Amino acid sequence: MNIAAAANENLAHTSNVLIYSAMAVYTLAFLAHIAEWVFGSRSAVGRTAAALTAEQPARQSVTVQVAQKGGTGTAVLERPKVVTRAVAGARDVPDGPGAAGGSEKGDMYGRIAVSLTVLASVIHFGGVLTRALSVERAPWGNMYEFSTTFGMVAVAVYLGLLLAKKNIRWLGLPLVTTILLDLGLAVSVLYTSSDQLVPALHSYWLWIHVSCAIISGASLYVGAVSSLFYRFRDGLEVRQAAGKAGRDVLATKLRNTPAGDRWTRLGVRVQMGWDGALERLPASATLDKFAYRVNATVFPLWTFTIIAGSIWAEAAWGRYWGWDPKETWSFITWVAYAAYLHARATAGWKGRKAAYLGLIAFACYLFNYYGVNIFITGKHSYAGV
Amino acid sequence: MAKTPTPADEEQGLGEAGAQLSTAPVESPEGGPPGSVPSMGVIGWARWFWRQLTSMRVALILLFLLSLAAIPGSLVPQTSVDAVKVEDWQKAHPTVTPIYEKLQLFHVYSSVWFSAIYILLFISLIGCIVPRTWQFVGQLRGRPPGAPRRLTRLPAYTTWRTEAAPEEVLAAARKVLRGKRFRTEAADGSVAAEKGYLREAGNLLFHISLIVMLVAFATGQLFKAEGSKLIVEGDGFSNTMSQYDDFRPGTLFDQNNLQPFSFDLNGFDSSYERTGPERGTPRVFRAHVTYYDGTDGKPRETTIEVNKPLETGGSKVYLQGHGYAPVVTVRDGQGNIAYKGAVASLPVDGQNLTESTILKVPDYRDKDGEPDQIGFQGNFVPTLDLKTGTMMSQFPALDSPALVLTAYHGSLGMDSGLAQSVYKLDTTKMTQFKDKDGKPYAELLRVGQTMKLPNGAGSLTFDSIKTWATFQVSHQPGNGTALAGAVGALLGLAGSLFIQRRRVWVRAAADEHGRTVVELGGLGRSESAKLPEELGDLALALQPHAMPVPEEPEPGLDPSDPADPADPSEGARA
Ligand code: HEM
Repeated sequence: MNIAAAANENLAHTSNVLIYSAMAVYTLAFLAHIAEWVFGSRSAVGRTAAALTAEQPARQSVTVQVAQKGGTGTAVLERPKVVTRAVAGARDVPDGPGAAGGSEKGDMYGRIAVSLTVLASVIHFGGVLTRALSVERAPWGNMYEFSTTFGMVAVAVYLGLLLAKKNIRWLGLPLVTTILLDLGLAVSVLYTSSDQLVPALHSYWLWIHVSCAIISGASLYVGAVSSLFYRFRDGLEVRQAAGKAGRDVLATKLRNTPAGDRWTRLGVRVQMGWDGALERLPASATLDKFAYRVNATVFPLWTFTIIAGSIWAEAAWGRYWGWDPKETWSFITWVAYAAYLHARATAGWKGRKAAYLGLIAFACYLFNYYGVNIFITGKHSYAGV
Repeated sequence: MAKTPTPADEEQGLGEAGAQLSTAPVESPEGGPPGSVPSMGVIGWARWFWRQLTSMRVALILLFLLSLAAIPGSLVPQTSVDAVKVEDWQKAHPTVTPIYEKLQLFHVYSSVWFSAIYILLFISLIGCIVPRTWQFVGQLRGRPPGAPRRLTRLPAYTTWRTEAAPEEVLAAARKVLRGKRFRTEAADGSVAAEKGYLREAGNLLFHISLIVMLVAFATGQLFKAEGSKLIVEGDGFSNTMSQYDDFRPGTLFDQNNLQPFSFDLNGFDSSYERTGPERGTPRVFRAHVTYYDGTDGKPRETTIEVNKPLETGGSKVYLQGHGYAPVVTVRDGQGNIAYKGAVASLPVDGQNLTESTILKVPDYRDKDGEPDQIGFQGNFVPTLDLKTGTMMSQFPALDSPALVLTAYHGSLGMDSGLAQSVYKLDTTKMTQFKDKDGKPYAELLRVGQTMKLPNGAGSLTFDSIKTWATFQVSHQPGNGTALAGAVGALLGLAGSLFIQRRRVWVRAAADEHGRTVVELGGLGRSESAKLPEELGDLALALQPHAMPVPEEPEPGLDPSDPADPADPSEGARA
């Protein structure tokens, strides 16, 4: 073996160590998030969140002092208050207080969790980078590499949204859980030792097409989690509106259930915990709108991914579209997201139905990745499992 | 929100002001419109059907159906993708095959039901685009609608009092709005402004581009021509129909469209991973060719690789596969050369290139000089390792090549008039040569070795090995149009999804103290944080021309709690 190959082997080894280390740190972040939610569930603010829900005024106003240059010289103009008004008929529920539910301890653990996630993502990035260096190419030649990169980008999207001051901290726990699953699957089932590409993958379209596919998928993941939580939170709000949720209602129910009926009591307790967690999420309208924004923003990128893929297919196989399973599922995913966007624009399909379409569409994306690679063989046979 | 105000608009008292903010067709909010089922005759029904077909809801359902209908094609092998795989699958599943065939599951994407869905979808699309385009043109020609009676009912609203006269304020507002590229329209005591028409334009461009792509795709399918050709090192190809091994023209392809060009295969490089878990996977495939553009073009040298086709004569030449061709010399019973040349052998296992070798020698004389025909059948193995106990190749490169053959004589059946594959030997009218013990005669040859057929029937010498490569030649019109459609769709989408269409109204009127009340209201297609922000910016830009005067709090106008200065982040969150 020559020196370069030995160096590459070392790098590949380093990459594996880094990925395992990142998993360890993500696990710590996971535990910190759990602590955040647990402390949040005990906090007083968390408990009264339901009460707050009913009273918030519908109108919000903004006052900002703005120094105006020019104009009347030194005069300081007050930026006018802009009064916003919700669309008639919409449920006017404010956002929950967040996972920590206003508890200081919970918030501290939440901050620790985010810091640990940042640290883990840096190590994770190192793992992906060393892997790329060891093979001297883009680190997405097989499912192992695709999975590790995908997880990295998903974390990056989340941290980016946090940096942009979006109301997204609620995503921490589900995200870290997903990343641990993704990396766990990658290192155990999908692992492929570092190697070169088959000739069909030698193309700069690989960089363009696959990187867009990964960024799209990682962002669509965020949209899908948002849709899922919208569905849960919407359920809570419907129950609240019907007077079937809230601590007092459930506590009364618990009091009225005979001590012998253990299962019902357990059910009510679980319901209390679940509702308590949901109360701390953003309002269903916020989650729904967020999911829509993410999906709508990513849709053009996903469209571009497919176009880039077709251009590559034209260069590699002589036809830009041939209904290969991978192409077919990209198409299905694309049409499903188009249906989601249409549903949002169509009266009577907004809300839950649209959310289900969004979830189905993301399921198509996932199937295109795992299902098609593992169960169906096509020309995109780079699965390497 | 469309031509007629939706109930939500009515509730907000916006009336005309909220209308026409998009060209989307109006939907009845829940379920079908049972009341609208016509009671008139055929024309009424046709109109009803057309209205259904071009509604957003039906478009949505058709989209959903389209993605559902595309699924079976990815699970069942497709003739258009891999015909051999379909045959294998049909053999393995004899009971369901007839049902699947009835359901056209082996060619889903050209099946009646799949076509029906997308044709309906595109009729719906056209039926949707045409009226929307007219409506949009009308909106472009028209002016922004006048201010609603009560601006306070709009999603974003702000107000202040000033000493400036109403006419001054309105003139300034017009200027400010124009500066921000709003279209403005002055009315009595108010200014109406609108911006973001590109959203609708983008949306129309996107949907029109979808049609362009479909047309391009259909053109490509109808007028394309695709053929493949196997070429042994040293041989060549010229672009005429007879030269192809197989040729698959589209329904409307015209033979005269085949442009003249030719090329020779000079050599072929291949290399494979030698170690590690991916041992045997290909690393480099490169064909060295000399090509001639036109009938008597100058020779030019180039290479063809997997992602780098040769483009010439309006066609593209793709490298598809490669294999080996043992070069042999066959002498008949008289010692005369009956065949000399390369025998292209087809891989039987994809990974390590164990190949099936068939050679038919029709002009042959046995040891008595009688005419006879000979057929050789066997395998070419690029890397034979007898220690493994198998005759299968252990590696795709030529590490230890061997040729294992048996032979038959009799009638090759070539003059039956039926077309025959050169890669299949029909032994029904032939007798296999037997060795002294009466067992079938077979030999393992290395390069340079000769096999002597029993009873002095002749011999075969394994001279050397050449490489062959298969090329696919594609002539596919419409690629440029498809790409243009794709780019148009992308641009349209970006416009449609990232641009907001919104309206702003400014009203200025004198109050009873002789001051001017300035009111600004904004309406967008969706609730968005940007609209209040933009309205705030506009107000700020207007204030130097309409300096606010301090005012005593007036309970009716501002319901926000004055004791509690609102948190600025709240507005940004909406
Ligand atoms: C070929 C299938 C179609 C695809 C892939 C498709 C895709 C899309 C997409 C992605 C959007 C989102 C853009 C946006 O929200 O502004 C959209 C919007 C829209 N589509 Fe389609 N569409 C198709 C067919 C149709 C048909 C048949 C109609 C008419 C019945 C239609 C009417 C509309 C309208 C009115 C909008 C704008 C909705 C709005 O303003 O919010 N589309 N379409």
